[in-house]
Amino acid sequence: MATIAPVSSAVSVRPGFLEGVRRSLAIATKRNRRFWFSLSLLSLLLAFSLFGPYVFDKTDPRRLVGGLYDAPSAEAWLGTDNFGRDVFTQLMFGTRTSLTIGLIAGLIAILIGVVIGTTAGYHGGRIEESLMAFTNIVITIPSIVILILLSIALTTRSVPTMGLIIGVTSWPWTARAVRAQTSSLRTREHVDIARISGAGAASLILREILPYMLSYIVMAFVLQLSSGILQEAALAMLGLGPSNAISLGIMLHWALLWESVRTGAWWAFIPPTALLTLIAFSLLLLQSSADEIFNPRLRRK
Amino acid sequence: MSKFQRYLVNKLLWFILAFCIALVLNFLLPRLIPGNPVDTIVAQMSAGGGVSGPALERLYNSYIAEFGLDQPLWKQFLIYLGNLAQGDLGTSFARSPARVQRLISEALPWTIALMLPAILVGWIVGNTLGALAAYKGGWLDRIVFPSSLFVSSIPYYCLAIILLYLFAVEWNLAPTGGGYGYDKAPSLTMSFFADVLRHYWLPFLAQATIFIGGQAVGMRAMSIYELDADYVRFARGLGVSDNRITAYIFRNAMLPQVTGLALSIGGLVSGGLISEIVFSYPGIGTLLFTSIRTSDYPVIQGITLVVMVGVLTANFIVDIAYGFIDPRIRAKASGES
Repeated sequence: MATIAPVSSAVSVRPGFLEGVRRSLAIATKRNRRFWFSLSLLSLLLAFSLFGPYVFDKTDPRRLVGGLYDAPSAEAWLGTDNFGRDVFTQLMFGTRTSLTIGLIAGLIAILIGVVIGTTAGYHGGRIEESLMAFTNIVITIPSIVILILLSIALTTRSVPTMGLIIGVTSWPWTARAVRAQTSSLRTREHVDIARISGAGAASLILREILPYMLSYIVMAFVLQLSSGILQEAALAMLGLGPSNAISLGIMLHWALLWESVRTGAWWAFIPPTALLTLIAFSLLLLQSSADEIFNPRLRRK
Repeated sequence: MSKFQRYLVNKLLWFILAFCIALVLNFLLPRLIPGNPVDTIVAQMSAGGGVSGPALERLYNSYIAEFGLDQPLWKQFLIYLGNLAQGDLGTSFARSPARVQRLISEALPWTIALMLPAILVGWIVGNTLGALAAYKGGWLDRIVFPSSLFVSSIPYYCLAIILLYLFAVEWNLAPTGGGYGYDKAPSLTMSFFADVLRHYWLPFLAQATIFIGGQAVGMRAMSIYELDADYVRFARGLGVSDNRITAYIFRNAMLPQVTGLALSIGGLVSGGLISEIVFSYPGIGTLLFTSIRTSDYPVIQGITLVVMVGVLTANFIVDIAYGFIDPRIRAKASGES
């Protein structure tokens, strides 16, 4: 049983890893338009948040440019928010903050998930049992509750702190999946050969197991990134977003609190809503199309 | 004790352990707030100018005594557990002297009345659409699949905001929020009921749409996976009738969907938090929102407790039900395989 690995990767069954990556990308270029579409969309969003402020010469998101919910004009392209600040500028900085928090949360979640998953899957026995028991408990306790409790305990929440608390509450699914992959990979012949050659556990995991599920980890990261961004927005809308920062969720929080929806000030809530949707949609598309590239069984015939 | 009984006991012990951890977290995390939450709230009250002098001092002392904040931490935890056992979640800071359990039990029925029907309707419609799209394919699949994928990839609160704006503000088809008109007081009359329905359908539609999208995508994927499974090919080869095969596929594809339903019902309070804020619906989400704004820690803690109890119980029930439904678990637990 164990030799038929559920690893969703065309690469893992071939001896040449880089050759596999090259071939997968070749297939992607030729056939998978959705992959390139989502990747370009993401790059565009990233560029908008990083270089936008300099390109459009709008570098101060806190500058007051008008009154409460001024309609879009030549001066303020997307109108002003409830404080009279420029929505367009806020949008660029908000996207940046949201992406940053998602990135930190995703990296932390992947790191914890991979360490726990590979350790449990590789060692098996007691270590596996206790690590997975811990993981299962963390899965059952709803993360939004822990996030709410942690956020009210922190009186000031910086952007890295937000990423950190979202990351440390969202790793269990990755840990579970990585464990399953690891325990099937560790019985492969090349791992046995490395073990006989005297390689230690850490080096075996790093050199012989991790590279073979790299595609899988990348996809898990994309999902964690996306859920991290959405978690941040949800917390911010509850009023528990990062303090002294502008994120897409915080823009929505103020827009809701100051009744922009009911007063018809669409420019205050449609842009952050659209940006969040675009980010979530392109990440989902990236994940599913990457899955098709790496996993030949899902490819359309 | 048979192995199957041991499976049940094992699951029960896990449930109790997870529950204890949840309780400790719920107790401990808010107490990590630097300084003393009572200081914060009393400072806010005196800044508001409402209370001052001896009255303020009395208030301060009564809060300290009620939460036992002058006691060591372990004793505070015992007081917390003791109160909890009596169903007492404490006094609200912001709306003192209202009890937390009263505020929550006033809001909870609204949340359940909104979320439960939305989850059930969304589940039934979504699964039917997903299964049909998988079996029939063709034009149905070309419509259902992309639109479900699109709906389920929109963050649910974004969908709620857009629907509220379109239906309530642009097209004027629904009130812009609340559970009933501001000029009406809750009563058991037809006119009040009609008013509640008028406010109900839009938040309901938003929630149900989200569930339909997610369920349809999941059910379609499960069905396609099962359609391609070896046992289906084998059964076809044996000449088993199509209806029979469809029944097998359906049973197998439904299992994870039933789990999903149970878990959604368990998580219905947390699932509706933000949509309620968008629609100013008088449920738990709106209560949480105002409590966070007023630093009303006892109410926040009460709500997180309610959410945890719901989710943990649903998980436990699913585990137990799986023990009975899934022959693989039953076989493993009773040592048949």
